[in-house]
Amino acid sequence: MSTETAEKAIKVKDTEAFLSKRRKKLITDPLVDDNPITIQVLGICSALAVTTQMQPTLVMALSVIFVVVMSNLTISLLRNKIPGRVRIIVQLAVVATLVTLVNEVLKAFAYDMYKELSVFVGLIITNCIVMGRLEAFALGNKPYDSILDGFGSALGYSWIILTVAFFRELWGSGAVFGVPVFDYVSRLFGEDFQLATNGLMVSPVGAFIILGLLIWVQRSKTGYVEH
Amino acid sequence: MELFSLAIRSIFIDNMVFAYFLGMCSFLAVSKKVSTALGLGAAVIFVLTITVPLNWLLNEFVLKEGALSFLGESFANIDLTFLRFIMFIAIIAAMVQLVEMVVEKFAPALYGALGIFLPLIAVNCAILGGSLFMAQRDYTLAEATVYGFGSGTGFFLAIVALAAIREKLKYSNVPNGLKGLGITMLITGLMGIAFMSFMGIDL
Repeated sequence: MSTETAEKAIKVKDTEAFLSKRRKKLITDPLVDDNPITIQVLGICSALAVTTQMQPTLVMALSVIFVVVMSNLTISLLRNKIPGRVRIIVQLAVVATLVTLVNEVLKAFAYDMYKELSVFVGLIITNCIVMGRLEAFALGNKPYDSILDGFGSALGYSWIILTVAFFRELWGSGAVFGVPVFDYVSRLFGEDFQLATNGLMVSPVGAFIILGLLIWVQRSKTGYVEH
Repeated sequence: MELFSLAIRSIFIDNMVFAYFLGMCSFLAVSKKVSTALGLGAAVIFVLTITVPLNWLLNEFVLKEGALSFLGESFANIDLTFLRFIMFIAIIAAMVQLVEMVVEKFAPALYGALGIFLPLIAVNCAILGGSLFMAQRDYTLAEATVYGFGSGTGFFLAIVALAAIREKLKYSNVPNGLKGLGITMLITGLMGIAFMSFMGIDL
């Protein structure tokens, strides 16, 4: 790919502030207006399976942040060296290495979590957000900007899956981060006041419906309409 | 009989899309028309049936703990499981490329139908997921092949059904914010409920 045109597209002055307006936009844009899940429809694959509880979701979100940021940095550093024709293989190799790293760290220090997430850590490799950011941004921009861009996208992904997980755990098992909120509430109001949990929320169906509704809320706020 | 039961399980009960959310990206993106959905679904069946047994061989004779023992005593303790991700994805990418070339040469009509979807499949989570589940569940070679075919068929059924619903959906009046992705997620949820009725069937 020709790096010449890509560098022309975004001209950075040498004296640009550490967090200039343009760089802040790199982080804030994917949070709402250009969210990878709700607007770009990327990365839904591995996201929903882990969202039955908050804790694994948080681990998943942190892993994705790490992988996206580091792969963006690596590819951005290599961007002038990678021949255009083999770039997909190079990207897959970089991403797979990073994911292996995450997987081994989890296996060593958080074995229970490793068992619970099972194959879904490995599936970060095929998470479209990672490849999407590499293709669309890291191949044509400087390392620091790429880090910010990756961080923004991963953050946009994280808050969506954490929100989905919050509602699924609250309504499905009556808890938040494993704290039995529903039990406390019913103790507060006496024996007769029992909050019922909904088994549908624990099943995959709940994830689809919660995410569908979340997208509805978010899109009617931003006014984005798909045709 | 065991194998038949596994096939039914992987098609209906452990459906790739509704039970494990795999392949959602292409499931949502390529389900606007039945004809394209048929093409992608067929390509997924094809690639899964080939890559899952291949990765089984790779896992059994190279990656597993002690798998290299056929090379000699000193190799008996080598455990290369940590290379699983990178090797599986390499096999998948290479196979997709190969399948694409073979299909183009010997079945141009099929290539025309699948054409654009084949290369896309290398980064479809359903393909990598199939191989990872295979490795995790310790299938035999025959089981791995049947599982690959069955889960591919499950994906095929799901995407064609969704595409058919979405074609009809064009005539209905959906609220602005729900148009596109939102309503598709809700439909997928409802389809998931339908598929849940297969749960608990023991063959």
